[in-house]
Amino acid sequence: MSGPNTSFDPKQVSVLSANAVDGMVREACEAISAAATLAALKEVRIAHAGDRSPLALANREIGALPPAAKAEVGKRVGEARTVVKSALDDRQVSLEVERDERVLAEESVDVTLPAVREAVGGRHPLTTLIERVCDVFVAMGYDIAEGPEVEAEWVNFDALNVPPDHPARTMQDTFYVTSADSGVVLRTQTSPIQIRAMLERPLPIYVVAPGRVFRTDELDATHTPVFHQVEGLAVDENITMADLKGTLDHFAQAMFGEGIVTRLRPSYFPFTEPSAELDVQCFVCRGTSVGNPDQPCRTCGSEGWIEWGGCGMVNPRVLRAVGIDPMRYRGFAFGMGIERTLMFRNGVTDMRDMVEGDIRFTRAFGLES
Amino acid sequence: MRAPVSWLREMVGIPLNEGGRDIAERLVRAGLEVETVEVIGEGVVGTLVIGHVVEIEELTEFKKPIRWCQVDVGPDHGGARGIICGARNFAAGDMVVVALPGTVLPGGFTIAARETYGHTSDGMICSERELGLGDNHDGIMVLPEDVGVIGADAAPIIGVGDEVLDIAVTPDRGYALSMRGIARELAFSYEVEFDDPGVRVVELPAPAAGAVPAECGSEDFGACGLFTIRTVTGFDPSAPSPLWMQRRLVLCGMRPVSLAVDVTNYVMLELGQPLHAFDLDKLSGPVRAGWAKAGSRLETLDHVVRDLGPDDLVILDDSGIIGLAGTMGGLTSEIDDATVTIALEAAHFSSGVVARASRRHRLSTEASRRFERGVDRALAPYASARAAELLIRFGGGIYMGMTAVEAEYRPSRISMPVTEPSDVAGMPIDGSTVVRLLQSVGCEVDESDGRITVDAPSWRPDLTDPADLVEEVVRLMGYDMLPSTLPTSALGHGLSWAQRVRRRVGMALAARGAIEVLTYPFVGDRELDALRLSEDDPGRAKVRLANPLSDEQPLLRASLLPGLCAAARRNIGRGNVDLNIFEIGSVFRGLAGETLVRPSVDHRPTDDEWSRLNDLLPEQPIMVGCVLAGERTPAGWWGASRPFDWSDAVESAQVIAEVLGVELTVARGSDPTFHPGRCAALMIGDAQVGVAGELHPRVIEATELPVRACAMELNLDACRGAAHSVRRAPAVSTHPVAKEDLALVVADSVPASTVMKALRDGAGDLLESIRLFDVYRGSQVTGGHRSLAFALKFRAADRTLDAGEIQRARQAAIDSAARTCGATLR
Ligand SMILES: [Zn+2]
Repeated sequence: MSGPNTSFDPKQVSVLSANAVDGMVREACEAISAAATLAALKEVRIAHAGDRSPLALANREIGALPPAAKAEVGKRVGEARTVVKSALDDRQVSLEVERDERVLAEESVDVTLPAVREAVGGRHPLTTLIERVCDVFVAMGYDIAEGPEVEAEWVNFDALNVPPDHPARTMQDTFYVTSADSGVVLRTQTSPIQIRAMLERPLPIYVVAPGRVFRTDELDATHTPVFHQVEGLAVDENITMADLKGTLDHFAQAMFGEGIVTRLRPSYFPFTEPSAELDVQCFVCRGTSVGNPDQPCRTCGSEGWIEWGGCGMVNPRVLRAVGIDPMRYRGFAFGMGIERTLMFRNGVTDMRDMVEGDIRFTRAFGLES
Repeated sequence: MRAPVSWLREMVGIPLNEGGRDIAERLVRAGLEVETVEVIGEGVVGTLVIGHVVEIEELTEFKKPIRWCQVDVGPDHGGARGIICGARNFAAGDMVVVALPGTVLPGGFTIAARETYGHTSDGMICSERELGLGDNHDGIMVLPEDVGVIGADAAPIIGVGDEVLDIAVTPDRGYALSMRGIARELAFSYEVEFDDPGVRVVELPAPAAGAVPAECGSEDFGACGLFTIRTVTGFDPSAPSPLWMQRRLVLCGMRPVSLAVDVTNYVMLELGQPLHAFDLDKLSGPVRAGWAKAGSRLETLDHVVRDLGPDDLVILDDSGIIGLAGTMGGLTSEIDDATVTIALEAAHFSSGVVARASRRHRLSTEASRRFERGVDRALAPYASARAAELLIRFGGGIYMGMTAVEAEYRPSRISMPVTEPSDVAGMPIDGSTVVRLLQSVGCEVDESDGRITVDAPSWRPDLTDPADLVEEVVRLMGYDMLPSTLPTSALGHGLSWAQRVRRRVGMALAARGAIEVLTYPFVGDRELDALRLSEDDPGRAKVRLANPLSDEQPLLRASLLPGLCAAARRNIGRGNVDLNIFEIGSVFRGLAGETLVRPSVDHRPTDDEWSRLNDLLPEQPIMVGCVLAGERTPAGWWGASRPFDWSDAVESAQVIAEVLGVELTVARGSDPTFHPGRCAALMIGDAQVGVAGELHPRVIEATELPVRACAMELNLDACRGAAHSVRRAPAVSTHPVAKEDLALVVADSVPASTVMKALRDGAGDLLESIRLFDVYRGSQVTGGHRSLAFALKFRAADRTLDAGEIQRARQAAIDSAARTCGATLR
């Protein structure tokens, strides 16, 4: 920039005339409008708003004006530069918008292309159903007890009030380990876990015991030699059969929905007395299919009830065998088959689907059945 | 037990408007499991009449013999009509069942007059099977002469329209294996009188003058507390059983044989007492119960020769063993079509003795099923009187009297507070109700000072404990009377660490694409050989079943891999070729112990007994295993596919370690099942806890898996033990990170994990993380060597590191790798 002028020379400052300045602005604006690309606009910016642009050069001359003219001319040039700058900025924005629209349009993809390269797997529905049952009871304050699959015959039978010649031993066809008189079996039920819980845990006892059990049945659509049960046991002072009923009602509602009730029918198990079969109200028809041939229910066979398991009050003989005083403590126990539950709850029609490990079957259940 | 409703109605006054289903429902509520209610002759519509065969003309011109019969069906139905019949088991003069034209038989088959074999057949002479009455298709039904008026409705006589309840009897309800026991339950349920036929005194003729009945005895009153023999002589062996008896036997699922046999079966069904009829002329000396001698034998009625020993209670005469007590008679004393003198055995055998014999000889009979569940101790003389009466009534004969031996019998006496049923049930039941209900099942009840003393009836040997009486009271009240309450409180601890571990591992593997399978634990040598497991390999199954389902798989798995390989093969066979399956489950290692211990059940086992019981069991660790085959990532618009390889197997183990917070290290491993150059040992500290990698090509071949299939197995119990269930919080530094990359050249024999560990050890505390990002082998590196490129991040908790510090840490890492692994900086 040149230094302040001390002498005024109108010739030298003709560039500062209103006409001249307007002309510069007009030229700049025409150039700005004509700039079709951001690169062109950058050129225009240098040419019309850069250090060597006519307006910048004119601005330098203001110093040479007499003090009286400085204010007016300064204002004129300043306004002109603002107009040009703002035109440039507007054009910049609109060109950027245009460019973005174009580029982003070019970059667009088909978002409906399959995105999953590696599918999520699945947990076996028997596993997750057992977990669901356990969670219901954990929420009621129960602990989960477990025991070995190869079990002492004494724990699996004797301690559960099934003496050696009892017909109940032939009700369940037992796998014997090593030999028929080794005293070691594949557990035929989850009930031996009750015995372990009562021998190893402090009173009172509230446990659920899930597990895999074994009986010498051939695999077919409704039988499997290896299956799962879940069993519950409560031993406390003043436990009653009404408590058993209430617990099962709550359990049934948690599993099958609000308002579902259970029904007990007298039955026999060596380890409970009184004993009962446990039915749960059909959660699909809630009994409306009974005697109503127009609306048959496949889930309950239009019976209104589904056989679910067995239950009863712990036989005092069982308490005695584990050293719990039956005069002071009572207990209830219940158990059900998980395969059977999955069959009617989730509509599995063939036992073999649960056994064979076909990934299409299990994948359908995802991470929770 | 099959129970015809018509028979039940005869024993107890069931309201007439109650059908089979209603009755079944009553029984279910009382605790008897009614499996089916069958309507006899279901589907028969129209008229079945009694017909009289007047004349038979044999037609011989056809391929098979055909009969043209004239059958009189009574004046109301048009008298005699011609009927074509192919059966040959009847003669002129016989009474038969005729379905008239228009009658519909089961299966929707409508009878019509039709032209056949040159005649108009105007109806049908029926067989049992055509009427849906039974399986007997030996020919048409021939009725006794005195069956009724010609032309009368045959349906009620042959039982069409009757219903049969099929009841599954639980072991505690032996009494329900008789019409008597079922009728008693119904009498209570319908609140009607019950005239118990089991205590009814049957009028028998006085024994013939000078009659000498067969003698009897019991050598062991513990095993046989009551033994009776009644003798009937001059019996007509050709006398038929009455039709009603035959029909009832058929409805109950038994086959009519002869009058003597039918009567014993009929009385057993009626009262629950098994009876056995001997031909007295084939016996020598007194008939008695006693123990067999070792090495003795008996050919039973089913023509099986059975080896007997001192545990077998048998029936003996002077010739030796003539029957297996309470189970089945012997062939030598069997009644036949020439038997005129019958010795009728009615006895009481201990349930345990019979159950043992039945189990040992794999012989379950109508008799043994009843004795196992307990037969009324007082019933034998009543039942045998009933049988003798029937034999005499229908078979003629002279009553010769009874002999009996009996031990003293005391009913089981139970004492308990009268409040016990109420306390156990959790609902108010007043004392008088308790007494009334127990009396209704036949108990004698004394009440005093708030306690009741109960003598159980002889037909309820299952009532021995207060709990049994509680059940009787509550079930008779009805289980549907129970209120629904909850126990006061349970103080739980949530899931145990072991349970959380299993869930977490299952969830992590599944979320990363693996699919859980649950395989059977049964394995055999063939599968174990296929995995190349030597005899002393820990994965070689050792626990053997005495009675496996299949002789091919008599062992319990010691590894999850055989089952996983089989599941993989099954999937691939079904076209599921890209496979990542896993299983979490127990395996069985070490042998089951040998010293049998069977503590008393009258008290808690001693600590010593308890630990000896547990010593019987093999180790049963929980393992997790997986098998991988096919593609991990399929080819797609994103590019080429990526097959599963050894590293995916290792990764699955590392994912498990990661989610459990276990420091699992990977070392070069060797395992017969795995490819010798692609096998990783999974280590926690110095202990190997698993193996992962590519399966050995020979294993792949033998298990029929696709080439390059991979597998992993890890001891989850060991991982759980090494994991921290409560993790420490890290110090998260906000100071800047310094990144240093370096490439080291090492010999091929040096595992990457060793180099990484050396770098980590050398770099010291300032090292935040280290990552191997490239492996290079080629012209720029000496042969037999490779270049490993690592990205290191350094950071301090409390300050910004200066260049010197970073440089020193980096150099220390390099020096350490050089020292330990012979690494040189590239
Ligand atoms: Zn339903």
